[in-house]
Amino acid sequence: MDLNYSPEELAFRDEVRSWLRANLPADLREKVERYEHLSKEELLRWHRILAKQGWVAPAWPREWGGTGWNVVQRYIFEEELGYAGSPPIIPFGVTMCAAVLLRFGTQAQKKRFLPRIYNGDDFWCQGYSEPGSGSDLASLKTKAIRHGDHYVVNGQKIWTTLGHYADWIFCLVRTDPTVEKRQEGISFLLMDMRTPGITVRPLILMDGAHEVNEVFFDDVKVPTENLVFEEGKGWTVAKYLLGYERMNTGRIGESKRQLTYLKRYGEHLMGDTRWRDRLSRLEVELTALEITNLRFLDRMRRTGQPPGADVSMLKIKGTEIQQGLTELMMDATDPVASDPLAVAIRNRYLSTRKTTIYAGSNEIQRNIIAKMTLGL
Amino acid sequence: MNFDYNEEQQLLADSVRRYLSKSYDFEARKRIVGGEGWSAEAWKQFVEMGLTGLPVGAEHGGFGGGAVDLMGVMEAFGDALVVEPYVPLVLAARAIERGGRNTSMLPSVVEGRAKLAFAHAEKGARYTLDAVQTRASTHRLSGEKRAVIGAPLADYLVVSARGEDGIGLYLVERAAAEVKAHRTIDERLAGDIVLREAPAEPIGGGAALLDETVDFATALICAEAVGALQFACDTTLEYLKTRKQFGVPIGTFQALQHRIVDMYISLEQARSMACLAASKADGERDARERARAISAAKIRIADAARHISQEAVQLHGGMGMSEELKVSHTFRRLTVLAREYGDADHHLARYAAL
Repeated sequence: MDLNYSPEELAFRDEVRSWLRANLPADLREKVERYEHLSKEELLRWHRILAKQGWVAPAWPREWGGTGWNVVQRYIFEEELGYAGSPPIIPFGVTMCAAVLLRFGTQAQKKRFLPRIYNGDDFWCQGYSEPGSGSDLASLKTKAIRHGDHYVVNGQKIWTTLGHYADWIFCLVRTDPTVEKRQEGISFLLMDMRTPGITVRPLILMDGAHEVNEVFFDDVKVPTENLVFEEGKGWTVAKYLLGYERMNTGRIGESKRQLTYLKRYGEHLMGDTRWRDRLSRLEVELTALEITNLRFLDRMRRTGQPPGADVSMLKIKGTEIQQGLTELMMDATDPVASDPLAVAIRNRYLSTRKTTIYAGSNEIQRNIIAKMTLGL
Repeated sequence: MNFDYNEEQQLLADSVRRYLSKSYDFEARKRIVGGEGWSAEAWKQFVEMGLTGLPVGAEHGGFGGGAVDLMGVMEAFGDALVVEPYVPLVLAARAIERGGRNTSMLPSVVEGRAKLAFAHAEKGARYTLDAVQTRASTHRLSGEKRAVIGAPLADYLVVSARGEDGIGLYLVERAAAEVKAHRTIDERLAGDIVLREAPAEPIGGGAALLDETVDFATALICAEAVGALQFACDTTLEYLKTRKQFGVPIGTFQALQHRIVDMYISLEQARSMACLAASKADGERDARERARAISAAKIRIADAARHISQEAVQLHGGMGMSEELKVSHTFRRLTVLAREYGDADHHLARYAAL
């Protein structure tokens, strides 16, 4: 048993760390550290810096621009990004759509979309949830009816993160409402957001920010070449993607940075045993999660297998810790202070409530573990 | 980075588990606890499997193992709820070896001829190691020690006492002490001890050795707790699958599903911290770093012990309260393990102060 990184892994970490020190723009880092809103241009600026370095899509195969790093190196890289205070790499293109295209797309689709995702030419968003289909995603109703060489799409998506920035959306749509097993009537479709009939309407959340949207589809014509995998096999694609999504929700590097910041920001409270004990318990939970995460990686590296359903625990714990941190941070501020940092911290507390709801609510994650891992 | 036991560690853990499942199952344990409170036969087996030699260096006839080497054994002990005083022996033997002045007695420990207990706690001191009232003066100790696990069985005691140079550790023959025996709530033999000018040998270490020894003990019982926690989770899961109410297994109810999922998550978080504690007990040279990691582990283990043991009983319903089910005994062991060598509050204070 050895909980430490190997000398090679440490050297890799140092390489990433020193590159970040030299290349992460200070203005972006400060915005992230101060919980400020990042514009589309700022997100893309960072994306392109990483792309130029060749590091924007480490998990892709080398032929499409991947780095060839193993799972541990990829994890180290992501944690270092979070720890350094870099803007997030928006996952909808690089992580999600690309993962689907690489696994299920045609060669033509890969050629058409992957380089543009890599270079930040296309901004992607995800069209999954609908007003009546949240946790019960397979009940989705947005229709895509085939007419010769195109589909006609009608319906509505909701909670579409950064849909107002997006050039493209990947959607789960119902292509066959007649099949008995409702999962079998679902397909995975790519749509250009500029297609006539698509309307994006902002949904302002309780922190006052515009991050998510409603997207309406009104007789939208989508060429059949934008179908990924077979018609009616969209659920297979969605399940593949969900598994992909969950390994990366622990956000340990980011939480470690916030904890360090919290210790500094809440220094005046360290003499208060009650506050300090809450902080310590959170730090212990984060330490435990970091090791649990490494145990998953160690297992993946040894077996060469993707993680099992129990990986859901990383999402549950990671998001609970993120919420705990923002709550302590809020408690450390003056609740009525009007300075921008205090306001941003309070807004971040509000905004972070979403983490236990998105990407499969934590209750759904518990259902998954109960069914798949525990056999209940 | 690697979270596996090596081949030797795995073989040892497997052979201990095999022995315990064959000869130390719940029924066998009932007979032991209902009788003298320990099994000479089980102890003999532990000696033969090399467990008494494991923590002692090769120059004294042992194998020079560390906390990671002992983890698998401790997990198996936690699963089986072993009542024999093995951890006290490990601590006392390690302290004697590191102190360096009384090592000639170690082969008798390795060979199973002598049993040891470790007497560090005093009345009113809670979990603080340096609140020592027992006095040491030229090879004599006077004072009282509280709830010394295994004292009624021990041949020798390692005792913390305050002398002219501060806290020291001393070797005392058990026969030279008055021992008032009792059973702990987790069914182990313990004794309150009175020393009146008892002859004692300084083993050659003080407060730092005491700290290091108790940190090592804490790492060991973290692993022991993981074994007990795993049993508590598994037996509760089994119960949810078999117990029927309203015509269906109660494990079909989502209210219970989510609770047992949280138990398993708590278990994995605890296991991660037990790994951290053992590897820091072995490999961390900086005493502050070691202490901080081990306190962090004990905080998480104590929280998991409380959460999982309480949920295990609740999810078993009335049967969870019954003496007849092992889970109620596991509950008691976890209740003690959560507090032994410091409860969560004690370690939170220590963690923050370091």
